Amino acid sequence: MLLIPCPHCGLRLETEFILGGPARDRRPDDPAALDDAAWVDHLTVPPNPIGPVREKWWHVRGCGAWTVVARHTMTHEVGDPERADG
Amino acid sequence: MQRYSLLSLVRNAFSHHRNWQRAWRSPPLRDHYDVIIIGAGGHGLATAHYLAKEHGITNVAVLERGWLGGGNIARNTVTIRSNYLRDESIPFYVKSVALYEGLTRELNFNLMHSKRTMVDVVQTSPKLRDLRRRMLNMANHGSTYEPISVEELRRRIPALTGGGPDSRLPILAGMVHTDAAVCRHDAVAWGFARSADDMGVPESRSLFTRTARSADDMGVEMHQNTPVLELLRGEDGRIAGVRTDRGVVRAAKVAVAVSGHTTTLTETVGLRLPVKTINLTAFVSEPVKPLIDVIVNCPDIGVYLSQSDRGELVIGGANDQGQSFRRDIKQNVFEDAVVSMLELFPAFKRLKLMRQWGGTLDIAHDASPIVSKTSIPGLYVSAGWWGGFKAVPAGGYTLAHLIANDEPHDLIRPFGLERFRHLDYVLESGTTTAR
Repeated sequence: MLLIPCPHCGLRLETEFILGGPARDRRPDDPAALDDAAWVDHLTVPPNPIGPVREKWWHVRGCGAWTVVARHTMTHEVGDPERADG
Repeated sequence: MQRYSLLSLVRNAFSHHRNWQRAWRSPPLRDHYDVIIIGAGGHGLATAHYLAKEHGITNVAVLERGWLGGGNIARNTVTIRSNYLRDESIPFYVKSVALYEGLTRELNFNLMHSKRTMVDVVQTSPKLRDLRRRMLNMANHGSTYEPISVEELRRRIPALTGGGPDSRLPILAGMVHTDAAVCRHDAVAWGFARSADDMGVPESRSLFTRTARSADDMGVEMHQNTPVLELLRGEDGRIAGVRTDRGVVRAAKVAVAVSGHTTTLTETVGLRLPVKTINLTAFVSEPVKPLIDVIVNCPDIGVYLSQSDRGELVIGGANDQGQSFRRDIKQNVFEDAVVSMLELFPAFKRLKLMRQWGGTLDIAHDASPIVSKTSIPGLYVSAGWWGGFKAVPAGGYTLAHLIANDEPHDLIRPFGLERFRHLDYVLESGTTTAR
């Protein structure tokens, strides 16, 4: 089971959280300026590395805060989201 | 190829079973083939079989990182069914269910195929509405789904004693899918491997080898312990072959059928795909006497189970939520599945659980499979299989068609990669998945 760092509560058990999906790159400022391929890529193609991915987690059975963490898809190691390649 | 039959069993008994031929050859790896299939799992081997049988293409290498039939073909819960939602999906799975029924005879390999009804235990009104909607659409495509009462449900599954009126999620109804079946998963891999291997061998006397072969034809070859490190592109942009840890192997056509690691391979030539790799887990109990003769699916709590011929209950749960390339089982996912199962089957509290395992699979944005050409000419992918076991024969049949003709078979035309560009999603979230 993962230990996830909540910004308010510190390290808490994964079972207190719900996964909110991949933390995607910022939505493009002007989607209309993109061609269809780039827009569809933004919507549907997530980074899928054997390595760190950035994820949103919701501390729903705790303080209710949202947090972004980097988690390694092979080792489950949880780290600094700024260093994830996703 | 030696035929397997009662007669051959008796004949070999006289020589103390020392004279059985090897089921497939282990030829040396050559540096060039017409077609390379990456992944000797269910889909890869079925594709090799149908390439040889339907299209006469036998200069084929199937490259496997581990051992033959050691990936998800050995890690699934063996359910074969066609209760899907969409007009595009149902005919594909109906075809696969039908192909499975004739497969033991076609491959001359006992798959222990066992037709047994699948029963859904429905515990919420939205799920009941969803399944009724599926029922109406399945009726349009020759699949079967019908509602039954709670009394009938409990009569068919006596072990189902939980989910009463005072429980957290009282059972509302059942849905019955009579087309469902189970079969022995290893045998699917071995049967297809043996058949594909045989169809390429010039001196073969197999009864079902009807395709003509050219003189220089060496036959379908399977190479285990041959990990593909990267795909190779030629200067013209076409696929040129693959680099393995045993050297470069060239081919004008390469098919990727590797389940969870699809993007790991395609990204070596810069091809990104709309799939995420996740971990799905299963476990089996100790063997017990015959207790459940149907496949029980509980979509509201996310658990499904059936009893194997050996008496073990084969149990599957929901997936680990995030992306994962692990092949083990995460403790909290495992506990969730067990706790959910015990709500409906409290007597199972005393069962010992013998083995637990996980597998990696990739799931597409719309939860439907991808069988497709790619932007790189000559490169084909078969990915996004969640519940790919049920799709092995039809998946191999249609991928072989795609490789041979460079045009998709009608059954998989809606499952090409271009559907994402055109937003023609085949949304099967909730029908593919346990929940």
